[in-house]
Amino acid sequence: MYRGIFTTIAAICAATAASPAFADVETDYSGYVEPELQLFFEDPSDARQSNDNLSVAGQLEIEIFLNPDHTLVFTPFGRIDSRDDERTHFDLREAYYEGVFDHFELRVGLKRVFWGRTEAAHLIDVINQTDNLESIDGEDKLGQPMVNLTFPTDFGIFDFYWLPYFREREFPGVEGRPRFDIPVAEDMALFESDQEEEHQDFAARWSHYAGAWDFGLSHFYGTSRDPLFVPGVDKNFSPILIPYYPLMHQSSVDVQATFGPMLYKFEGFHRWQMDENWTQATGGIEYSFYGIFDTPSDLGIVAEYVWDERGEDAMNPFQSDVFAGLRWSANDIQSTTILGGGIFDMDGNGYALSVEAERRFGEDFFLQVETRFFVDVPASDPLASFADDDFLQVRLARYF
Amino acid sequence: MFRHLICSAVLSAAITAPAFAQGELPEDPAERGLAIALETEARDLGFGDSTAEMRMILRNTQGEESVRELRQRVLENPDPEDGDLSMIVFDRPRDVEGTALLTHAHLLEDDDQWLYLPAVARERRISSSNKSGPFLGSEFAFEDFSSTEVGKYDYMWLRDEACPEPYTALTCHVVERYPLYEGSGYTRQVVWTDTTDYLPRQVEYYNRRDDLLKTLTFLDYELYLDQFWRAHTLQMVNHLTGKSTDLTWTSFEFQSGLTEDDFTRASLRRAR
Repeated sequence: MYRGIFTTIAAICAATAASPAFADVETDYSGYVEPELQLFFEDPSDARQSNDNLSVAGQLEIEIFLNPDHTLVFTPFGRIDSRDDERTHFDLREAYYEGVFDHFELRVGLKRVFWGRTEAAHLIDVINQTDNLESIDGEDKLGQPMVNLTFPTDFGIFDFYWLPYFREREFPGVEGRPRFDIPVAEDMALFESDQEEEHQDFAARWSHYAGAWDFGLSHFYGTSRDPLFVPGVDKNFSPILIPYYPLMHQSSVDVQATFGPMLYKFEGFHRWQMDENWTQATGGIEYSFYGIFDTPSDLGIVAEYVWDERGEDAMNPFQSDVFAGLRWSANDIQSTTILGGGIFDMDGNGYALSVEAERRFGEDFFLQVETRFFVDVPASDPLASFADDDFLQVRLARYF
Repeated sequence: MFRHLICSAVLSAAITAPAFAQGELPEDPAERGLAIALETEARDLGFGDSTAEMRMILRNTQGEESVRELRQRVLENPDPEDGDLSMIVFDRPRDVEGTALLTHAHLLEDDDQWLYLPAVARERRISSSNKSGPFLGSEFAFEDFSSTEVGKYDYMWLRDEACPEPYTALTCHVVERYPLYEGSGYTRQVVWTDTTDYLPRQVEYYNRRDDLLKTLTFLDYELYLDQFWRAHTLQMVNHLTGKSTDLTWTSFEFQSGLTEDDFTRASLRRAR
């Protein structure tokens, strides 16, 4: 199936390139190379792990404009990691055809789709698998094979998705850090569906706005991108975690209200999975102070609450948690920004702090410094494995 | 980030016959200032839609330079009580390449604005109330880029005099205007508009303490479709910091058949 998508794209490429209608093909290249240094402040829980790590990532984006209405996009991404072979990985973030027709738009291939409004937890964003090797914040995603039909109307945008192939989550190897204390056996992954990765998933979304309000309704049916973990043992009778991917139905709603410098955000879903069904939701505010202290700089405040109906029993690190963040933007030539935040468990089960700072150097260099701390996380919490993985990470990208 | 619209820095006027001869301008300074602004606006009515490319060179006091590049398309809103529609795609700096900004502008209310971040495929409705913040780190504030609808200001005609350099051969109306929208960084702006084509030639911006903050000079006017003047170079100098920004427009095209469908959230996703 996966291969089928590439064949389809290749066929579209060949057909369109040969057609005289695409005589004025334009191609645009861009990308970056980004070395990364990670330093860990505490000794690892496993002797095979280290206190430092070097790696380098790179991404290339190729856009081929066949004509104004037909475009091909390829975005290969890769990382080479000096210590963890599992983190050395390659992905096609995007490899798709986009066609704009009179009353609809068609996209076929590997693509990224984002659903949601809030800043801290992305509960309703379920189309793409998380690229768990890039960051533990869940913001990086793998390209998802899809056929996406879009109908822009006066009553909002209607999107329909056919997702013909599932991509498993990847996990760091034994040398990797941060990672779960018990290694995850990716190759033993189990599926609820007999069709495993080839279960055909479907999704639909409607989104619209009226005045200050933006809103959306979505539904997804298919294999959950979030695995459950089944405890097991490997050949040497060492404990391992086996990912189990259940099928699910998920209906979700998302809303944002924009009133001057104040933004109100909410998203939530109800999910039917195995013998259970439950609700999760998150919402909060973002407020910006502009031109603080007589400078051009801005200060933004974000406060969000994350809730899971299942409570503490669920294998979910965020069941009743508050996220609070401050974002300072210098609004200078170098686009200097510092974001500091914390996620606090309201049941007293610890908290996580992070600071991310970024700045451009010259025209084409971009520096990102990130540090994360996990404090007082009890052994029962899903984040407990990261408790000794406080780290500082420096990435310097060269764009071209 | 890129909160505000850059709709028409593109300050301009048409060469159609003036609505009134110069002697017919009202006597009252407030009415006279308004009449001059209305005449400037009237001469640019009917441009329909336009596309153009923009390059900014930002200079600090040490003479170091930084470049910004973007492409913009605009759809004129025939309703004088509402603002134009615009779409901007950023090309430089490269770390924001492909980021797109959709603006549905309004006169006194905040604009409706959506930002699309291609790296995460995320559309965000953003606040547009930061009128006085710097656009892309330049000496242009967001409000300096907004389309200059007449209804955004009160006016006061000050005097007529020779236009400032390099237009000293022309005569200019000197009109003070006072922002009516919330969040402006200015108490007043002084605009030099020539008496022939009603083109803005220079603007002085006074900050909230009423100090002279910045001077904007419009250069390299060219005429399109025999009717619409566009300045191709805009020089903004900050007198308090010594920093400056040179902005140049190229590749203007008018009336290429853009419609509202080119300024929707769906078109934002594929603006690139």
